[in-house]
Amino acid sequence: MVEGVLFVIAGLAALAGAVTVVVARNPVYSAVGLLGTLFSVAVLYVLQLAHLVAAVQVIVYAGAVMTLFLFVIMLIGVDKEETRSESLPLQRIWVGTLAGGMILFAAGVTLFGDFEWVPAASATFIESNTNGTIQAIAEPLFTDWVLAFEATALLLTIAAAAAVVLAQFKRKRS
Amino acid sequence: MVPVDWYMGLAAALFLIGALGMLLRRNALVMFMCIELMLNAVNLTLISAGRVMNDINGQVAVFFILVVAAAEVVVGLAIIVAIFRRRSTASVDELSELRG
Repeated sequence: MVEGVLFVIAGLAALAGAVTVVVARNPVYSAVGLLGTLFSVAVLYVLQLAHLVAAVQVIVYAGAVMTLFLFVIMLIGVDKEETRSESLPLQRIWVGTLAGGMILFAAGVTLFGDFEWVPAASATFIESNTNGTIQAIAEPLFTDWVLAFEATALLLTIAAAAAVVLAQFKRKRS
Repeated sequence: MVPVDWYMGLAAALFLIGALGMLLRRNALVMFMCIELMLNAVNLTLISAGRVMNDINGQVAVFFILVVAAAEVVVGLAIIVAIFRRRSTASVDELSELRG
């Protein structure tokens, strides 16, 4: 019962934030909407016993990534209006058709699709198997997935170096 | 317990909103936020599927996606800032040429 109420509240908040991201004219409003969505999704993680992932979501996404986004928005400036001109022929009609088709497809799949292709979806769920404590996550992370773990460490190093290079490459020319 | 279908439906709706924003908006920053939205929707499906299949590896996969998304944000925002310095715009419609 508690889970149902929390699901409805967090789900509606997530949807509202997502809609805000798309429709807001001001990018700062979009960023705040995304922040709300990320936080609501973290609540949904907690509801599904993914405690560590929820904490990481709040710290990394809602903390670091959103700060970075807001920083770049401040750097670029928020007063730029989006252009209304069409640079491709029939741009608006094509995008409208594509968007409408996607909405219809997603609604059809969600409402009428039967999900029998999901393998081994058991009706009874064993709580101790999916209780995402730090220990439970760390055990597969450092045994089965240790190679992927090292690869992500390398990836993060490369990304940090790439960001520094991208931020500096203009200065050589001037 | 909330049935897993509800979580899947919510994740599908979030993904759809992100994809629509990707199509409809022209500001590179907002498009980037829509990518984050779609990544989060996929993470939600992974956690839900992991719960219903009694498997902790769904949460481990979400962990990796979070790390890769963080790296992606760092590089992507650096590219947007570099483009803005040169062109003074963040609108993708005005970036139709391949040359700098």
